Amino acid sequence: MIIKDVLCPFCGCLCDDLAVEVENNKVVDVQHACKIGSSKIMGHDRIKAPMMRDDKKGEFREVSYDEAINEAAKILANSKRPLLYGWASGVCEMMKKGVLLNEEVGGIIDNTASVCHGPSALGVHEKGMPTGTLGQFANRADVVVFWGCNPVQAHPRHMSRYSVFAKGFFATKGRRGRKVIVVDVRKTDTAELADEYIQVNPGMDYIVMSAIRAIIAEHADVVPDNVGGVSKEKLIEIAETLKSAKFGIIYFGMGLTQSRGKYKNIDNAVSLTTELNANTKYSIIPMRGHYNVTGFGNVCAWETGFINAVDMSRGYPYYNPGETCSNDLLMREEIDAAFIIAGDAGAHFPAQSIARMGKVPVIQIDPFHNPTTEMANIVIPTKVSGVELEGTAYRMDGVSLRMRKLVDVDFPSDEEVLDKIIAKVNEIKGASS
Amino acid sequence: MSELLIKNATVYDPINGINGDKMDIAVKDGKIVDSIGGGAQTIDAQGRLVYPGGVDAHTHIAGSKVNMGRVMRPEDSRSGIKPRTKITRPYTGYTVPNVYAMGYRYAEMGYTTAFEAAIPIMKARHTHEELEEIPIIDKGGLTLFGSNWMVMDAIRENDLERLAAYVAWGLLASRGWGVKIVNPGGGEAWGFGKNVSGLDDPVPNFEVTPRQIIRSLAEANERLNLPHSIHLHCNNLGHPGNYETTLDSFDICKDIKPKRDRQALHVTHVMFNSFGGNHWGDVQSKADVIANYLNNNDHLTIDMGQMIFGSATTMTADGPVQYANARTFKARWSNGDVELEDVSGVTPLYYSPNVYFYGMMWGIGQELALLTKDPWKVLLTTDHPNGGPFVNYPEVMTLLMSKKKREEEISKIVPKAFEHCMIHTIDRELDWYDIAIKTRAGHAKVLGLIEQGKGHLGIGADADIAIYDIKPDETDATVEYDRVKTAFRKAAYTIKDGRIVVKDGEITATPMGRTYWVRSKVDNDGYNRMMEDLKMKFKDYYSINMANYMVQDEYVQHPVVVETEYAEV
Amino acid sequence: MKLNATFISGRTVDQGANLENKTSTAYFNAAGYCEMNSTDAGKIGVEPGNNVKVTTDFGTVVIPLKICEGNPDGLIFVPMGPWANAVVDPDTKGCGMPGFKGIQAIAEATGETAPTMKELMARLK
Repeated sequence: MIIKDVLCPFCGCLCDDLAVEVENNKVVDVQHACKIGSSKIMGHDRIKAPMMRDDKKGEFREVSYDEAINEAAKILANSKRPLLYGWASGVCEMMKKGVLLNEEVGGIIDNTASVCHGPSALGVHEKGMPTGTLGQFANRADVVVFWGCNPVQAHPRHMSRYSVFAKGFFATKGRRGRKVIVVDVRKTDTAELADEYIQVNPGMDYIVMSAIRAIIAEHADVVPDNVGGVSKEKLIEIAETLKSAKFGIIYFGMGLTQSRGKYKNIDNAVSLTTELNANTKYSIIPMRGHYNVTGFGNVCAWETGFINAVDMSRGYPYYNPGETCSNDLLMREEIDAAFIIAGDAGAHFPAQSIARMGKVPVIQIDPFHNPTTEMANIVIPTKVSGVELEGTAYRMDGVSLRMRKLVDVDFPSDEEVLDKIIAKVNEIKGASS
Repeated sequence: MSELLIKNATVYDPINGINGDKMDIAVKDGKIVDSIGGGAQTIDAQGRLVYPGGVDAHTHIAGSKVNMGRVMRPEDSRSGIKPRTKITRPYTGYTVPNVYAMGYRYAEMGYTTAFEAAIPIMKARHTHEELEEIPIIDKGGLTLFGSNWMVMDAIRENDLERLAAYVAWGLLASRGWGVKIVNPGGGEAWGFGKNVSGLDDPVPNFEVTPRQIIRSLAEANERLNLPHSIHLHCNNLGHPGNYETTLDSFDICKDIKPKRDRQALHVTHVMFNSFGGNHWGDVQSKADVIANYLNNNDHLTIDMGQMIFGSATTMTADGPVQYANARTFKARWSNGDVELEDVSGVTPLYYSPNVYFYGMMWGIGQELALLTKDPWKVLLTTDHPNGGPFVNYPEVMTLLMSKKKREEEISKIVPKAFEHCMIHTIDRELDWYDIAIKTRAGHAKVLGLIEQGKGHLGIGADADIAIYDIKPDETDATVEYDRVKTAFRKAAYTIKDGRIVVKDGEITATPMGRTYWVRSKVDNDGYNRMMEDLKMKFKDYYSINMANYMVQDEYVQHPVVVETEYAEV
Repeated sequence: MKLNATFISGRTVDQGANLENKTSTAYFNAAGYCEMNSTDAGKIGVEPGNNVKVTTDFGTVVIPLKICEGNPDGLIFVPMGPWANAVVDPDTKGCGMPGFKGIQAIAEATGETAPTMKELMARLK
C-alpha cells in the first residue's frame, strides 16, 4: 500500500509530497524524500522497553511503563528546579501537555531552539521579522541570499522545492531567473551552486552587513577598503545586486545565530531586510532545523506569552534568555532534575553542560538510544511522531500542517506518557498539600 | 441539566425590544426558557443591570499574526501577569494576551462570544489551534478573500458562479463564518512591495480592481446565502483624504439585495478610514460626512475602531499600512505574506495624548457612534488590538454615555487635536439600551448570529447572560461614569450556557466554548470550473499539496455548522 | 607542528541521516571527524583518515581528519554532535546560546584513538 501526500518528520522544510510504501505494517520504501527524511521514515533500531538505573554508570534494568512513569513523576514532583527540554521532534498536541506539566512542577520549559534559532527570537524582539510563506518566495524571488546556512547539507530539498530551482507564477525561469548569493566562512556545497560566493572571516558577518547597509543608505564613504575579508568593491557590487531585485529573500542559519554577535547578527539582518524594502520588496526567514521546532515556539507563545525558555517557578511565566535557557541553567548548576523529551540534549549541548546534567536525575522520553540515554536514569520509549502518530506540526514559515500516521506500533505516544505523568504529579502534590 | 433562575433583573434586550423591564430570567439546559420549576439555583439580581452576554464581531484574538505579536513583544507579555490558580491558567499580556487571558478577560467583562476578524486560509489550522485553547467564549472567524488569486482570476473572467464556489470551498477549508476583505487587491500588490491607490486602480498582473473585488464578493456572498454580509476593511486606510474612498466603497453595495434580514455590507474600524485633508498637517475628521451617509442609507453597518491611548499592537492584513507605520514610528516590523492569498503586518504603536492626530483619531471613533442616529448601524469595537485592547471596552462605553466623561478625557489631550475633529461639540449621550445594541445585540445581528441564539435573551436563546453591579434606575451614567466603567469591567455574574463562569469579576469555571462556521453547498458547473483552477494552482504555485491543505475535523472540537446552499437569486 | 585555527561546528546530511541512529558506527563516521583544507593538513602532518587532536579552552577531542578544500586556511569544521561539543564554549554570553562556532582551537597530530559516542559520554558522568 502506498500512502501519498505524506509529510516528512525531519527538518523545517516539512516536505508534504512524500509517498511511503507500507507492507504488513512496516515501511518498506520512501519516495521523494531526501536522504535524511528517508532515513528517519525507514526507521532505525529503537529502545524496546522502559528502563531505569540508579547509577548512571551502571546497567539499565527493564521496567514497566507504570513504574517508569511513576518514578519520573516522583522525581519531578519533588524537584525544586526541573528542566523540561527538547520537544521539537514531537507534535503540537504533546507540547501543550509539556507546558502544562511545566506549570504543575514549577520548572523551566525550553526547546531545541535554545541551541539553534533562539537568537533569532531575540532578533525578532528587537526588530521584528518581515517574512512570508515559502511559496511566496518560490513564486516571486529573483535574488536569493543564503547567509550562514548550507541547505545542500541541512535542508536538502529546500532549493528544489522552494528557494532556487522551483518555478513559480512570476519566477517562470526557475534557476535561470534567479541570482543566488551565498555568504559563508567557507565554501560549502551550497556555495558551489551560487552565482556569487562571498567569503567572510569568522565572526565578521555583523560588520559586513553593516557595511552593506551603509552603502545602501548611500554612505559608501564610511566603508573601509576591506570589511571582514570582503573588498569594498565587492560590497558595493553586492549592494547593487540586492537593490536590483524585484523580490529578494534572505535565508539564514546557524552561521548567524551561533557565531560572534549571535542575536545581534539577526537584528542586523532584519534591519538590512527592512531597509531594502524602501527600494523594493524583501523578506527574510530563518532555516528552522527540526520539523516542529516552529510548532513549539508557537504553542509556547500562545500559551505562556513567550517563545521558549519559560520559567514557571514563580507560578507565572518568566522569560529571560541568558538566564532561563537550558545551558544557562545547567552552567549555573540550578537544575536538580532534567526531563528530556523529543530532543537530544546529550548530543547537542556543550560537554560541560552535560557534565552538570550528569549530576542530577535525568528522565528521557525518546524512541531512540542516543547520548542523552547515556546520561539518563529513566528511559521511556514512545511512538515516532509523524510516522507512527499523527498530529500537528509547523513548517519553518509558520504554516501549520497535519502529520500522518503510517504504521501502527505498540508504544505509547509522548502525549499519553505526559498525561500519566501529569496525573501522577498532581496526585503526589495533592497528597503532600 | 441544571436550572437557573435570575430574579429581579433589569433587562435590556434590544432584539426583543426590552428596555429596562424588571424581569426574571429562567434557564434550563443552557437555554433561556419560559419558566422552570421550584428548587432551581437562584441569583437575586436585586434590580441590577442585565444584558445578553457580550458579542464582539471584530477582534484579532487568534492566529499567526496574533502570535507573531506575542513573540515580538515579550515586554507586552510581561504586563498583565496573573499567576495560575486552581481554576485558571496563568494570564499574560495586555495588547497580545495569551490564549487563557484572552478568554478569561472577555468573560470577566460579561462577554461570551468573540469572532476573529481575519483568517488566512492557508494558515487557518493555526487560527483554530488557538481558538480551541481560548476558554469559555464561543467563537468563529472571518476568512480572507480580498487579495486571493482564485478570487481575482474568477472575477477577471466574469465567472461569478466559480467565484461563489471558491468562497464556499474557502470557508470549508478554513472553517470560516464569513467573507473578510482587507484593502482589496492591495495584498497582492504588496507581494512586490506595492499597493493599490484606490477603488479603480487595477491590481498589477491580475487586471481586476478593488471595486470589482468588493462587488463580486458581495454578489457571491448573497448567492451563497451566508449569515453575515461581506466584511470590508477599506482601501487607503490611515491616509489623509481617505474618506472619499470610504464613501465610494459604501456605494458599491447600495443596490445589493441581501437574502437575509441584514446589511449588504459591513465596513470595519471606520475611524481609520474617516480622514479628510490632504496631508498630516491638515488632516481632519470627516466622521460627520460618514455619519450623514449612514443616516441616509440602510444597506450597511459599520464598527468604530475606537482608539485607546497607551500601548497597542497593530496587526492587520493591510501589509502596506503596517510597513508605513513601522517606518514612520521607527518601530519593530513583522510582515507575513501568504502565497496566493493575502498578507499580514504587525507593528507595536504607542498612542500618546500629546500627539494631535492621535487625539483626532480618538475623537473620530466616538463621532461616528454619536452622529449616526440609528444605534444599530455603528458597533462598538476597538479593532483589538489595533485601536487598543478589548479590556478597554468599558472605557468606550462610558465615553459614549457621558459628555462629562468625554470632557474629562478631552482635558488630558493636546488641545490642537480638537482643531481637527468635532467630538467636543457633541452633546449626545447614549443610554443603557443603546449600549446593549452596540456591544451585543447589534454585533449578533450584523454577524447573523441571532438565529444561533446570540445577542438576546428571548426564549430559546443561549443562556449567555451578564449581570453588572449597577442599578440602572438609581444610576446616572452621565455623571457616575467611573462607577459604571468599574461595573462593566468586572461583571457581577457572567453566565455561559446557563453556567456561572464569573462571579464578582473572578473566573469560577472554565468550560470550553463552541466554534461557529458555515458550510455552503454548491452543486453546479461553477464548482467544477473552480476545482479545475484550484488543482492547477496547487500543482503549479502552492508550496503544499491540496490533500494537506484544508483544516481537518480534529481542529474544531465543538463545531456549530450552519448549512447554506447556492442559488442565483 | 600545531595549527592555530578557528573552530566551527555545523550540520551535514550524513549527520542528519543518523540522528535516530546515534549508537552506530555510521553516526560516528558522520559526526566524528575534523575537516580542514590540505594546506593545513600538511602543516600538522596528518593524513586523511588519521587522527587529529583538537583542543580549545573548554576541552579536547581526538577524531579522524578529512580534507575539505572549501575551508580557508586556519578554519576547521567538526559536524555538530558530541565530538564537536567536547570542545565548544558553554558560556552563552548572556543570550542563551552557547559558543558552537568561532572558537580558537589548536589542531595537532596524535597517536591517540578516537572515542566512541559511549566513551565520550562516559567522561561526563
